[in-house]
Amino acid sequence: MLVDGTGTFGAAAAPRRIGVLGAGRVGNAVARQAMHGGYEVAIGTAKPPEDIGLIVSFLAPGATIASAEDVIAGSDIVVLAIPLAHYRELSRHDFGGRVVIDPMNYWPPLDGHLPEFEGEEGSGEVVQRALPTARLVRALNHIGYHELEENALPPGTPGRQALALAGDDPAARAAVAGFIDRLGYDPVDAGPLVAARGFRAGLPLFGTRLDRGELVATIRRLEVEHTP
Amino acid sequence: MEIGIDSFAVLMPGPTGRMQTPQERMDDLMAEIELADRVGLDAFGVGEHHRAEFIDSAPTVIMAAGAARTKNIRLNSAVTVLSAVDPVRLFQQFATLDLISKGRVEIVAGRGSFVDAYPLFGLDLNDYDALFSENLDLLLRLREESHPRWQGRFRPELTGQGVFPRPAQAELPIWIGVGGTPQSFLRAGLLGLPLMVAIIGGTFRRFRPLVDLYRRAGQEAGHPPEKLKVALHAFGYVAETSERARSEAYPPWQYMMSSLAKERGWIDASRPQFDAMAAPGGAFMVGSPEEVAEKMLGASADLGGLSRITFQMSGASGNPEQMRRSIELLGTKVAPIVRQASAARSAAAAPAA
Ligand SMILES: NC(=O)c1ccc[n+]([C@@H]2O[C@H](COP(=O)([O-])OP(=O)(O)OC[C@H]3O[C@@H](n4cnc5c(N)ncnc54)[C@H](OP(=O)(O)O)[C@@H]3O)[C@@H](O)[C@H]2O)c1
Repeated sequence: MLVDGTGTFGAAAAPRRIGVLGAGRVGNAVARQAMHGGYEVAIGTAKPPEDIGLIVSFLAPGATIASAEDVIAGSDIVVLAIPLAHYRELSRHDFGGRVVIDPMNYWPPLDGHLPEFEGEEGSGEVVQRALPTARLVRALNHIGYHELEENALPPGTPGRQALALAGDDPAARAAVAGFIDRLGYDPVDAGPLVAARGFRAGLPLFGTRLDRGELVATIRRLEVEHTP
Repeated sequence: MEIGIDSFAVLMPGPTGRMQTPQERMDDLMAEIELADRVGLDAFGVGEHHRAEFIDSAPTVIMAAGAARTKNIRLNSAVTVLSAVDPVRLFQQFATLDLISKGRVEIVAGRGSFVDAYPLFGLDLNDYDALFSENLDLLLRLREESHPRWQGRFRPELTGQGVFPRPAQAELPIWIGVGGTPQSFLRAGLLGLPLMVAIIGGTFRRFRPLVDLYRRAGQEAGHPPEKLKVALHAFGYVAETSERARSEAYPPWQYMMSSLAKERGWIDASRPQFDAMAAPGGAFMVGSPEEVAEKMLGASADLGGLSRITFQMSGASGNPEQMRRSIELLGTKVAPIVRQASAARSAAAAPAA
């Protein structure tokens, strides 16, 4: 179900603070791009914050480093930039109903074989169940970490790349749509989390540079083929 | 700046479309190593893969044969899948190789782009990082001393047994091969080990913050700048003209990328993508000798000074004639331009005495 509309998010409630869990390729790229879009960014991993001090000072200068707990507590939107194999470790955190972006892909060469991700279900559905205190939105999984910076364009630019999102909470989806727009991409709301089954590796929108019209058409096609 | 070739000894379809046999590929590979030495290239790297379309699961054996056929060229692994090997055995093999080659071998330790070695040797992928750190630690100890006392999680303790032979070089070079993971750059810097950065797409410039991170980490850990060498591994191919280089390099690249894409769920690689990366600013060193030399110097400037650039040229090996020509041009046309320019640059940079 594609959802139309520009979102229900009023300016007053607009998220300002982005928390990033994971200080690897994706974590630093999202942090940089979010700061570029005017957000405050905090970044943390499971290790003591000082372990990533040097990394963040070179790769995402300006971002605050903090423990995972403090990153979550101080953010309006949390991005899970960690390998999917580690998702269970996140269930020790209380996300307190926060909007949480899940860009994690199942990648057996890195993650090993995880049976829960080898069925029909989308990985986002499994992750949402493991993190009941999060309002999960599956997004940012189908663009490479370096493209996230290289392909960004201001709103209204013809041919601007579009990025898909899906989640069960409409307000959370609207918040993520606003975030994606400020990162430099046209958001395309694909509807409930189950729609994210069409975002996985191997399907046509993964790793492909599409504008809004093309992405909408691709999602419609995938809906027919992949959602129950 | 040194110039090298890295070969993943992979079977490719030949000019007639027929797949090469392992025997043909091995014979050609030996000829390539000899030729690279003859035209004065500085290094030749042999990959390590454990899958059907490759013949380099035992790279040290290939390197030994290469060492016996050559005089000057340095021989490196590209890369040694360090998490999946006993460091004691690895050190013994490289120390032996170092004697055979009279001090010309180097280890480049990394993750490798495939994971076939893990199930093959009964290792758990989830232990990858812990295995890498532990094996690197032992390898570095073995480089320092012949009778280390050492204890780890994955391998029986060493209680002072000797590990022989000792290599010909006083310090066997051990590089860390990295992709884009910041933690790997940090680790290499903290350990003061030379860095081999693989850049397989996008731009070189994009890696500058990571290389700066490596250099700063090394500096803060107290390692002298001359220890913090950075090398670049990139896709490359040279022909007489720019047009010819592109039209010859594209089909094998496309072939390799599309087989990978099938396995990994990417979309197929396209000619516009290829051309963008071969164009100025892109990460492919593909073109005429002048063009490639200029790209190499540009990459070195982008990354704050490179001590070596190695060409990933395995794609061209499907056509031995083209491969030979590319190696020759690299040695006889590209290298002189690059060496002259780097010499001029360091002369200009040297303080007037
Ligand atoms: N690479 C891409 O282009 C791309 C694109 C889209 C989506 N993705 C997805 O994005 C995710 C991250 O990929 P990546 O390439 O950035 O991985 P990466 O470079 O390996 O970085 C992973 C980061 O996660 C941290 N981490 C691990 N467990 C954690 C935990 N329990 N809590 C907090 N932090 C933790 C790691 O810290 P330590 O070093 O301390 O372990 C590291 O900083 C993956 O799921 C991947 O599928 C990747």
